[in-house]
Amino acid sequence: MSAPLLRAEGLTAGYGAAPVLHGVDLSVAAGSITAVLGANGAGKTTLLRTLSGLVPATRGRILLDGLDLRGVRVEEMVRRGVAHVPEGRGVVTELTVDENLRLGGLWRTDRADARRALDEVYELFEPLARRRANPGHQLSGGERQMLALGRALIARPRLLLLDEPSLGLAPRVTAQIMQLLRTLRDDRGLTVLLVEQNVRGALAIADEAVVLSLGRVVSRGTSVDDELRHAYLGF
Amino acid sequence: MDRFVFLTFDGLSRGAVYAAFALALVLIWRATRIVNFAQGAMAVATAYAGYSVSAATGSYWLGFVVAIGAGVALGAATERVVMRFVDHSSPLNGVVVALGLVLVIQGLLGMVYGNEFRPAQAPFSRDAFTVGGVALLSRFDLFVFAAVGLVVAALAVLFTRTDTGLRMRASAFAPDVSRLLGVNVGGMLTLGWALAAAVGSLAGMLVLPTELGLHPNAMDIVFVSSFTAAVVGGLDSAIGSVVGGLIVGLLLSYVSGYLGATVAPIAVLVLLVVVLLGRPGGLFSRSVARTV
Repeated sequence: MSAPLLRAEGLTAGYGAAPVLHGVDLSVAAGSITAVLGANGAGKTTLLRTLSGLVPATRGRILLDGLDLRGVRVEEMVRRGVAHVPEGRGVVTELTVDENLRLGGLWRTDRADARRALDEVYELFEPLARRRANPGHQLSGGERQMLALGRALIARPRLLLLDEPSLGLAPRVTAQIMQLLRTLRDDRGLTVLLVEQNVRGALAIADEAVVLSLGRVVSRGTSVDDELRHAYLGF
Repeated sequence: MDRFVFLTFDGLSRGAVYAAFALALVLIWRATRIVNFAQGAMAVATAYAGYSVSAATGSYWLGFVVAIGAGVALGAATERVVMRFVDHSSPLNGVVVALGLVLVIQGLLGMVYGNEFRPAQAPFSRDAFTVGGVALLSRFDLFVFAAVGLVVAALAVLFTRTDTGLRMRASAFAPDVSRLLGVNVGGMLTLGWALAAAVGSLAGMLVLPTELGLHPNAMDIVFVSSFTAAVVGGLDSAIGSVVGGLIVGLLLSYVSGYLGATVAPIAVLVLLVVVLLGRPGGLFSRSVARTV
């Protein structure tokens, strides 16, 4: 496996005085898919929010390609190559599909490439091209997920933080999204840190799995054994 | 009929100012979910600055530009120095801070300029043109329509045709997501407050010559009418604020003209109650799905 693109060391973070993450260590290899698994309340979403800066870490450090991200503002993270698709997809429902996608590339100075990336997203997600003038609230769950993913891809990220992409989606749509992630990894070398409740779907595409429980890493490896599954994942 | 035509034009002229002022309230509400109760006091403060410059230089237009510029500066400063630090966990916090700002600004204006009314100069004649014996619009009314129309058109272009407008809308609707997409949300909020305060200043410069003149509390009644306009149109709707302003302006004009000026404030309150009972989100609010 290649060198880590992302490393978290002793990451402690939470909301107010209550820490949710307790000294989490994490390493994500470049060009890989790492699944973060765990029961509700394990701290999966908080982990992603801490990595992207939405929740400040109270202890520990985050290294992207060896560079310490402490002190980097949230809005700077996308310029460093980190795209975060939050839980609930983060589609701005009041904006149209096209506006949502354009929003993903407004920070880019290479406007020509931003336009190319926009065209690529419309090719990749054909339903979005048909609905480019529709406001986000008129989209189905699957279309919203496409929109959120497409918007993240316009930034041409190195690292994609993806929170519960299968939430509320039909199994067929979930399978399409998992297949897409695999393609993005294989064809573009995209690194993905995937938080997912759909454990089987995530393990089917992940190169590595990290299991969180009550804010601590209890397992990491290329698979999750039966004992861990029973103890922490409930099946 | 002549009287009706006159009152209609008069109402539209007044309503245009209310529309501008309501638009200023809506801009801030959409971005921060705060009703800026200090908008009237801020507009008066900038009007004082403008008229001070006009008095010193003899140029109305220089004072006009200074008033608008002071609005930009005061709006930006209010957001950066005060409102950014308000705890938004309760909507009441922003209201209380805004009301505190009203007291501070009006107190300072009273200390600096005194509490007596001062005349506010109009840049154009307020004598109405008459057509077929019916008094219609004055040059000043035309100026009001042109200024408000220009501002509404400029804001529409800004919000719907420019990258900055897209950033501002996204920041207002989804601040966290916008930050993740590289948008400087804090900067957009400051810009929103600056624009809103500038529009409020413009409304002040347009309405003060037609009312009692300059006074620290001069915009209080205008604020009430404009707030009603914003609620009638829908606090989330820019178009609603413009339509609401025109409705309130017409209502005030007709009621004042046919029933007497003392009844007019009651009519505004009745309109407010009727809209809140019939369509609480305002006439232009978007339907919201309800889960049962």
